[in-house]
Amino acid sequence: MKPVKLATPLGDEICDLYAGDRVLLSGTVYTARDEAHLRMMEEGIPFDPCGAVIYHCGPVIQGDRIVAAGPTTSARMNALTGFLLDAGVKGLIGKGGMGKAVVEQLEGRGVYFAFTGGCAALASSCMQLKGVYYADLGMAEAIWEIELSDLPLVVGIDTHGNDLFGKVEESALESFNREFSR
Amino acid sequence: MSSSAGQRLRAAVAEATARAFHESEIRLPSDVVAALKRAAGEETGEIARGELENILANIARAEELGVPICQDTGVPVVYIRLPEGIPLSTELYEGVADGVRRATAEVPLRPNVVDPLTRENTLDNTGPGMPAIHVAPGERFTITVLPKGAGAENMSRIGMLLPSQKDTIPRFVVETMLVAGGKPCPPVVLGVGIGGTFDGAAALAKEALLEPIDTMTPFEQEICAAVNRLGTGPMGLGGKITALAVKVKTAGCHTASLPVAVNVQCWACRRATVEVRL
Repeated sequence: MKPVKLATPLGDEICDLYAGDRVLLSGTVYTARDEAHLRMMEEGIPFDPCGAVIYHCGPVIQGDRIVAAGPTTSARMNALTGFLLDAGVKGLIGKGGMGKAVVEQLEGRGVYFAFTGGCAALASSCMQLKGVYYADLGMAEAIWEIELSDLPLVVGIDTHGNDLFGKVEESALESFNREFSR
Repeated sequence: MSSSAGQRLRAAVAEATARAFHESEIRLPSDVVAALKRAAGEETGEIARGELENILANIARAEELGVPICQDTGVPVVYIRLPEGIPLSTELYEGVADGVRRATAEVPLRPNVVDPLTRENTLDNTGPGMPAIHVAPGERFTITVLPKGAGAENMSRIGMLLPSQKDTIPRFVVETMLVAGGKPCPPVVLGVGIGGTFDGAAALAKEALLEPIDTMTPFEQEICAAVNRLGTGPMGLGGKITALAVKVKTAGCHTASLPVAVNVQCWACRRATVEVRL
């Protein structure tokens, strides 16, 4: 199936997406990891969150060049994500999927996109650096504002409660129990 | 050692270390690339194939641009092989740290090393106990580096099994990947350390990741096939290949113990060896 082209800010078109769909995303994304989430919870979100997309990523930056910028493990942000969705954030990009609570929080209002872990050079070749917030948190933990062009993604969790990672995990558990239960 | 000889040694070790990091961060070993290509050929699902296509495109792009394969350039793990006549000295350790600092600035690497409690970043990938340096005697004077990213390292496990649980070792390894799911960036390589002491098993598991992955023993193959039956697949999105390889290392242990450690390594199984030229 051909990938769906999407651009930020995201709107109601995300409700047409289903887990497993392939997407090419363009527009602005904001990187955020553990420390940036904690500070945003305390001090407020430093950019316009309406329709915004958060990228779970701690890039390698040299001057104003993005050298490498693949995704980080999203599950570390499981307990730190609700306030962003409440504020209007509509997209999350990361790797490894997120917990059941986040799947529920996304229902009707946001999608989780999976980007292939480790694909930092592929990512940086479709990115341009636009700005930075919380630079004092250091390279990996700061919020970097990045312009994307056609980043290849897979819908991991959709607005309808479908969770591709959860489905694969359930089936892995069944297979494990079949093989090792005595 | 005279101070000028010490300085020469330190500079030569720094040079070899910096070169090994540069090589390992930008180019994957050929056995790993071959295993990923094989995996891409075996996957039939559109999503799993797409993930492996991204991985292979990323490997090519990193080499073409001369940039790190992954933004998590890891923490520095270094193995020194020391031939006869080269004494174990502080210059050796200082040379490795110099090389790590140089690679951090030049490759560049992401500064990943922080104080474990204050979380303050040292900014140059060194710190107390970092780089992690392991020294052993060898034929040639070489530096081998294994940059270790956090996503996979965080899913690693150690179990102090009972001697009577010997047959449950495959279960323990497979369970490690069941718990890990897509978090450690599968398809993974699993280093398994069996025996030794509590800490020794973990060290063995990490050393197993230095072994080429184009061959496996029947025991390793059996565990690898069991991991792949989980169906976790590339990035946890489902598929046939969850592990590219399982590598086992063993050591003697107490008659009442059976330590088993699993060190999880993401698909970017980065390693490089450079000879130190004095």
